[in-house]
Amino acid sequence: MTDTASTARIATGTKIYLYVSLTLIAAIVLVPLLTTALGGFKDLGDLRTNPFGLPATWHPENYTDILFGDRYWRQMMNSLIIATLTVCLTVSVSAMAAFTFAHVKFFGAGFLLNYFLIGLMFPAATAILPLFIRIRDIGLLNSYWGVVLPQVSFGLGMSILLFRNYFRNLPEELFQAAIVDGCGYIRFFWHISLPLSRPIIATVSIISFVGSWNSYILPLIMLNSETMYPWPLGIMVYRGEFGTAWQLVLAFITLTIMPTIVVFFLAQKHIIAGLTAGAVKS
Amino acid sequence: MTTISATGVIRQRSAVKPSARSKDPSLARRLPVLLLFLPPALLLFTIFVILPMGEAAWYSLYKWDGYGLPTQFVGMRNFEVLFKNTAFLTALKNNALIVVVSILIQIPLAIWLAMMLAHRIAGVVLFRLIFFLPYVLAEVAAGLIWRFVYDGDYGLFASAAHLIGVETPYVLADKDLAIYAVLAVVVWKYFGFHMMLFIAGLQSLDKSVLEAAEIDGASGWQRFRYITLPLLGSTVRLSVFFAVVGSLQLFDLIMPLTGGGPFNATQTMVTFLFNFGVTRMQVGLGSAVGVVLFVICVTLAFGYKRIFMRND
Repeated sequence: MTDTASTARIATGTKIYLYVSLTLIAAIVLVPLLTTALGGFKDLGDLRTNPFGLPATWHPENYTDILFGDRYWRQMMNSLIIATLTVCLTVSVSAMAAFTFAHVKFFGAGFLLNYFLIGLMFPAATAILPLFIRIRDIGLLNSYWGVVLPQVSFGLGMSILLFRNYFRNLPEELFQAAIVDGCGYIRFFWHISLPLSRPIIATVSIISFVGSWNSYILPLIMLNSETMYPWPLGIMVYRGEFGTAWQLVLAFITLTIMPTIVVFFLAQKHIIAGLTAGAVKS
Repeated sequence: MTTISATGVIRQRSAVKPSARSKDPSLARRLPVLLLFLPPALLLFTIFVILPMGEAAWYSLYKWDGYGLPTQFVGMRNFEVLFKNTAFLTALKNNALIVVVSILIQIPLAIWLAMMLAHRIAGVVLFRLIFFLPYVLAEVAAGLIWRFVYDGDYGLFASAAHLIGVETPYVLADKDLAIYAVLAVVVWKYFGFHMMLFIAGLQSLDKSVLEAAEIDGASGWQRFRYITLPLLGSTVRLSVFFAVVGSLQLFDLIMPLTGGGPFNATQTMVTFLFNFGVTRMQVGLGSAVGVVLFVICVTLAFGYKRIFMRND
């Protein structure tokens, strides 16, 4: 079915069938998103009688009020800070650990790698209560680090695995030559491994950034003041507050998912490759 | 563990090279890097992943509100309470239902779309992007959007019902319908990811077999049924695995949609943990849920690898 495509021309009937089916599925994906964005421009009455179509009168103030308030920006900023810290810490800590697994022989290396891989097997939710108590007891409750540290730790298994596989596939001769010439491990890591590892750094960064940007359960449990909330918590609060004023909620949702959509379309190749490479947390 | 094969399938070029390291540098040269590079990861992982998991097992034997030290030992009582709790049993059933729907609806849909997108027609890239879009959106945002879609007063469902002249259904408030509404959103959110797995799977197939079959006069359906599908076996198993893992941790999507209600009809294990363990600070009971979840995850990871992924 698929492979005649590359050799022969596709029959018109097949083409119609393809486009009709694909467009139908695309509509199911896009209609909720488009009505959300358009709904943000309507007033409540308009939304009730006509949720599909264009607004009878456009109400850009639904959007501009949010954009000129500081609530939206504060939440986006919180998310950005948490995600950036998560990415930096994940990349540096896991690249270093993975380097030792790839290049340094030591007693218990296999055991230790398996120890980290345990982290791949269960989600953070499993240990969420003890995690909460631990973060509370070390005094990190309601701080960015209280979210970042558990987030990084639960991402370590995957990131170490990705880095290690990548490091092992770099040409072995490079490593041999450098070590014979007296180059130390740390210099080799810094000057040779890392500069050659941009693709994998990008992959690990994308996975941990998207995970952190969208994450809900950890901040929900670790943060308790609204000024610290990242946006997924923020929209839930916003919805709770404005209840059935759906037009405002829709505008707020649209604005919060806008950055994701824009970045996704700009960097789609990398994002799709990154997320399918390591999406345990699907 | 299973993700070793998971990543292996996608990045197939990462074949392991026979190690040529015969002369190892002395321990004195190896020690600094070990002492500098390993401890950060080791500490973080131990403190925030392994110890909490161990503590969950410990706390699950106590009745505890989270303050002071756990002293009220209750043995297996939390687990007994759990498996008699109808909300928890519903949660287990719902988790299973999500997996079933994923296998019966999501995976066939994903394969069908992947096959269609393998044709050389204009717009393939755009369609692929659109189908993957729900997967990159945050669960919370997707959940809220669908809450609006399902809303009985303002949503798309309300006006669609109005259009065909039936009474407006409040799907998310109906304890029999709500779970199906949630399942539809789960498929909407994740089918694009599974489609991507199958697109990668299709690209790695050996085209010559299919061409030979075509020359021998096999029909399109025969080629799919007897060649493509069996060759996609490892991708199907991978896809099922991700569906199961995803189902076990489903939480973010449920909270904005129903929060586990109405009458606990849409609880999953994690929403149950949150609603009964975290918000009521029943640390023992919540930890018991965590332990059950952990046991299921680990059994799955090992069992699945042993039974299904042996040949991959």
